[in-house]
Amino acid sequence: MSDERLSVFKTYKLYVGGKFPRSESGRVYEVTDSKGQWLANAPLSSRKDARDAVVAARKAFGTWSGATAYNRGQILYRIAEMLEGRRDQFVREVADAEGLSKSKAAAQVAATIDRWVWYAGWTDKIAQVVGGGNPVAGPFFNLSTPEPTGVVAVLAPQESSFLGLVSVVAPVIATGNTAVVVASEKAPLPALCLGEVLATSDLPGGVVNVLSGRTAEIAAPLAAHQDVNAIDLAGADDVLAKELEIAAADNLKRVLRPQPVDYTATPGIERLTAFLETKTVWHPTGSLGASGSSY
Amino acid sequence: MASAFEYAPAPESRSVVDIAPSYGLFIDGEFTEAADGKVFKTVSPSTEEVLSEVAQATAEDVDRAVKAARKAFETWSALPGSERAKYLFRIARIIQERSRELAVLETLDNGKPIKETRDADLPLVAAHFFYYAGWADKLDHAGFGPNPRPLGVAGQVIPWNFPLLMLAWKIAPALATGNTVVLKPAETTPLSALFFADICRQAGLPKGVVNILPGYGDTGAALVGHPDVNKVAFTGSTAVGKEIARTVAGTQKKLTLELGGKGANIVFDDAPIDQAVEGIVTGIFFNQGQVCCAGSRLLVQESIQDELLESLKRRLTTLRLGDPLDKNTDIGAINSAEQLARITALAERGEAEGAERWSPACELPTSGYWFAPTLFTNVTQAHTIARDEIFGPVLSVLTFRTPEEAVAKANNTQYGLSAGIWTEKGSRILAVANKLRAGVVWSNTFNKFDPTSPFGGYKESGFGREGGRHGLEAYLDV
Amino acid sequence: MPTSAPAAAHALTDVASSDSTLRRFLHGLPGVDTVGLEARAAALGTRSIKTTAKAYAIDLAISMVDLTTLEGADTPGKVRALGTKAVHPDPTDRTTPTTAAVCVYPDMVAVAKEAVAGSGVKVASVATAFPAGRVALDVKLADVREAVAAGADEIDMVIDRGAFLAGRYMKVYDEIVAVKEACGAARLKVIFETGELSTYDNIRRASWLGMLAGADFIKTSTGKVAVNATPANTLLMLEAVRDFRAQTGIQVGVKPAGGIRTSKDAVKFLVLVNETAGEDWLDNHWFRFGASSLLNDLLMQRQKLATGRYSGPDYVTVD
Repeated sequence: MSDERLSVFKTYKLYVGGKFPRSESGRVYEVTDSKGQWLANAPLSSRKDARDAVVAARKAFGTWSGATAYNRGQILYRIAEMLEGRRDQFVREVADAEGLSKSKAAAQVAATIDRWVWYAGWTDKIAQVVGGGNPVAGPFFNLSTPEPTGVVAVLAPQESSFLGLVSVVAPVIATGNTAVVVASEKAPLPALCLGEVLATSDLPGGVVNVLSGRTAEIAAPLAAHQDVNAIDLAGADDVLAKELEIAAADNLKRVLRPQPVDYTATPGIERLTAFLETKTVWHPTGSLGASGSSY
Repeated sequence: MASAFEYAPAPESRSVVDIAPSYGLFIDGEFTEAADGKVFKTVSPSTEEVLSEVAQATAEDVDRAVKAARKAFETWSALPGSERAKYLFRIARIIQERSRELAVLETLDNGKPIKETRDADLPLVAAHFFYYAGWADKLDHAGFGPNPRPLGVAGQVIPWNFPLLMLAWKIAPALATGNTVVLKPAETTPLSALFFADICRQAGLPKGVVNILPGYGDTGAALVGHPDVNKVAFTGSTAVGKEIARTVAGTQKKLTLELGGKGANIVFDDAPIDQAVEGIVTGIFFNQGQVCCAGSRLLVQESIQDELLESLKRRLTTLRLGDPLDKNTDIGAINSAEQLARITALAERGEAEGAERWSPACELPTSGYWFAPTLFTNVTQAHTIARDEIFGPVLSVLTFRTPEEAVAKANNTQYGLSAGIWTEKGSRILAVANKLRAGVVWSNTFNKFDPTSPFGGYKESGFGREGGRHGLEAYLDV
Repeated sequence: MPTSAPAAAHALTDVASSDSTLRRFLHGLPGVDTVGLEARAAALGTRSIKTTAKAYAIDLAISMVDLTTLEGADTPGKVRALGTKAVHPDPTDRTTPTTAAVCVYPDMVAVAKEAVAGSGVKVASVATAFPAGRVALDVKLADVREAVAAGADEIDMVIDRGAFLAGRYMKVYDEIVAVKEACGAARLKVIFETGELSTYDNIRRASWLGMLAGADFIKTSTGKVAVNATPANTLLMLEAVRDFRAQTGIQVGVKPAGGIRTSKDAVKFLVLVNETAGEDWLDNHWFRFGASSLLNDLLMQRQKLATGRYSGPDYVTVD
C-alpha cells in the first residue's frame, strides 16, 4: 500500500548557530546522484551565509572551548549514539550521494560512526600527549598546554561526503574549536543531514555550522575573514587551495593544505594538532622560605 | 641616579674580539664574495662606527647556498643521530668557550648592554645547542612516531634583536633533526652569524650543512622563494611574515613564523608590588624593548594605579643608559637609525593622540641611536600606542577595574604572543592564564626563556613553536 | 609598663591601636615573591664598582661598620683592643675613616666607651637578653637600662620571634615600644633574626611592625643563627624603610648583620642601598654593617687601591 503513497520530500537547509535557515540568498542548486538523477535542491550559500556562520561559530567558541574535555567527549560520543539510531537513513543518503552499493555505503556509515567514537575518546587525552611540564633551568614551574585555535573553516572533502566530512570536522571540534563547514559541493546532503543529528546531540548551537553551495564561492570569504583563525583546505583543488592560502595570510590563519588521505584508515593525531595552539605558563617556585636552599 | 655614589666607568674590554675589516658569505664551508661583489657596512649603533664590510648575497648566491645545503643534506641526514648530536655538543661547548668574545661582539653590532649579552643571550645560545644536541639521537622517542624524517633544506631568516640567540633557535633544532640550513641574518647585525660560521669550522661541521648569507630583505625573499627549499622559518615583523606566508602558499614548504606582539602585563591590586615593578621594567626595557614578547602594555588595576606608577617612575630613575659595553649599563642603544625613527614617530603619535608622556631625567649620548625609557599614561585601547607594536623602550599604561575587563583588554589585539599576570592569588593566576590568548604567559615573572620551554604565538603573532620537544616538529616531516 | 603607646604621630599612628588593626595592617602589606626578590638582589650584585667608585664605597663601608664582639669570652682587654681598632682601623694610614660603632654586650659598654672616648665612634650594646630574648620583659628592660646607664649610644634589641611566629604581633609591638622608652636618647636597633622568621612575607611584616613601634634601625640578625644578612633580605628591608618614609616622613636605618665578610659583599650591599632606598641612606647614620672580620678585608682592599699591590693579613691588625 505504501507504494501508492506519495512521499514527503525534505527541504534541505543549512545548519547555522543551532538553527536551520534557508540560504540568505534564497537560492538553491540541484543535487543529483551519480547517475545524474535529481535528488534534492540544496541551499546555495552566499557570502552572507558564510559571515553569519562565522559569527555563530565565534559566539559558540567561548562556551565550547571552556567546556571540560570530558564533557566534549561525552557530546561527541552522543553524536555517535544518535547516528547509530539513524544508520539506515545515512546509508541511503551516502549510497545516493556517492553512487555506492548499499553494503559499501553501510560500511562508510559504520566507519563514520566509529570515527566519532575515536575522537570522543581523544578529547581528554590529547593535552597529555602534546602538553607537559618543561624542566627549565631555574626556579620556575613551567607547563605547556594545548588550546584550541578558535574558529576553523573546514572545506570538507569533495569525494567522501560523509566519512571524509566527519574525519575533518570531528578533530576540529574535539579540541574545542568551532567550525564553519563547507559541505562537498556535489554531494552536500549527508552533511546537511548531519546537522540534524548534531542539533539533537547536546552539541551547543554554533559549534558546527554547515553550509552547502559552491565551495570556491563560500571558501573565498572564509579564507579572507579576519575572525576566522584557521582553515582546512581538504576540499579544495590545488589552484583554489593556493588562492585560499594566499588570502589566509592576511591574518595568518593556520592552514592545513590538501593532501591525499585514506579516510578508511585509522587517523593519527595530525588533524587534532593542526588546530591547536601551545600555551606555556611560567610561575616562580623558589624555596620555601628566606632561609631555604637558595642560599 | 644618586649623585653621592657615582659608578665609575666599568667597560668590558673590547680587545677580546677581533673583527676583520671585511667578511664574505659562508657557503659550502668557505667564505666567498657575493656574485656581484656587492658589500654593505655594519655599524655599531651606539657610536655609528663602521665595524666591518660584509658581502651582500644575491639571488645567485642564494641558489649556490641552497645547492650546497641540498648536497650536504644527503650525508648529513644519513648520519646516525648520535653523530649529529656530537657536532652540536661541540658547537655548544665552543660557544661557551668563546662566550665573552661573542658577547662583546654582539653588544658592538647590536647596541644592547653587555650585561644582557653576557648574562642572557650567550648562556641561552649555548644552552639551546646543548638541549637540541641531546634530541638528535632520540627522535624516535619524541612522540612523532618511529623514525621521523627531516624535511631537507631549511631557509631561515632571523631578526636583529637577538642575533645569535635567534640563530640558535633556528639552527639547533634544524641540524638535530637532520636538516641542512641556509640562514640570513639581519642586515644590521650580521657579524655574530659570521663568527658562528667560524665556530662551525672549528667544530668540524661538514661543509654545506650550515650556510650563512648576509643581506637585506631581497636576499631573504630569494631564500624563502627558492623552489628547492623545503622549510621556511622566519622571525621578524608581522608584515613580512604575511608576505612570506603568501610566498609559500601552494607549495609543500613547511612554514613557521614568530612575529610581532603587544604583550599585556596585568597587575592586580594584590600583586607583589616590588617584584611587579621589576617585572614591568624587565618586560619593556629588556633589550631596549626591542623584543617581540615585550610587555608593552601595562594593564594596572585602577585602585593601585597611583602607587604603582609612583614606584615604577622611581625605579625608572635608577636605570642607567649609555655605553653598552659598560657593565653597569641597563639601557643600550636602539639598533638602527630606521628603528629609532619608527619609535620616535610612534611616541610622537602617542602624544598627539593625547596620552601623557613621561621619561626619567636621562642624558642621551650625542652619537649613535638612543631613546630614553618612556612611559605613557592615560592610554586607552583606542590609542595607536596601545595597538601597534613599537619595538622600543616605550610602555603604554592602561587601567582596568575587574579581572574580566583585564582579560578582555589583554586579548583585544591582533597579536597573541605573550602576557604577564601579577597577583598573589593562585586561583586568579590560573583563571586568567587560562583565558589569555597568548602563547607564553608569565605569572609573577616576565621575559623568561629556556631551551626546554616552547615559545611562539597565537593569532597574528605567528604559528609554530620554538624550544622544547614542540620545537622539533617544525623540522620533521610529521 | 606602657601599652601600645604610639611611637610618633604620623599617617599610620592608628594602625597599632588594637591587636586586630595591627594584624590587618601587617597582613595587608603586599606579598613578596621569593624568586623575583632574589633575582633583583642578584642582578644588583652584578654591578661593577671600579676605581673611584670603589674607593668611595670602601671608605663608606668602613665608616658604616659596627665593629662587633659578642662572645662569652669577651674581656676588657679584648674590648679595649676592638675600640682602638674602631678609632684607628689602619694604623699605617690615618686617613682611614673610623668605624661607626663598636658593638658589645651591656657589661662591656663602660670599657668600650672609654676606649673610643673623644673619637666620635659610638658604642652600641646588644640588650634584651640577646640573642634568644627569652626572658621576662622587666629583665629585658633592666638589661637595656644597664647598657644605657653605662653610656651606650645605641641599643640593639631582639624581638620575641616566638610571639611573632605565633601571630601575637601586639606583644612584639609593645615590647619594642617599652624598650624604646627605656632607651631614652639612645638609638634603637630592632633585630628580627630574619633566619628564624623564615619567609620574606614575615620579614616585610616584621620590618613594618618594628618601624611602627619606633625603631630607629631595623636589623636583620644576631649573627648567631645559620642564616644571617643576605642581599635579598636586606633589599627587602630597604624597600620597607623607603616605603615607610614615603608614607610617614620618618626615616629609619637598616643594618644587615652576620655573614658579610668581604669588601665585594659590602660593596654589593651599598649598591642595594643606593638603588633601592637611595642616597639619603648612604651615610652611617642610616646604614650599618654588623660585622667583625669584614673590616680587615675592607682595609686590605683600601691598601690595594692606594698602592696598587695586593695586601695580606699580616698588614692589618688582628684585633
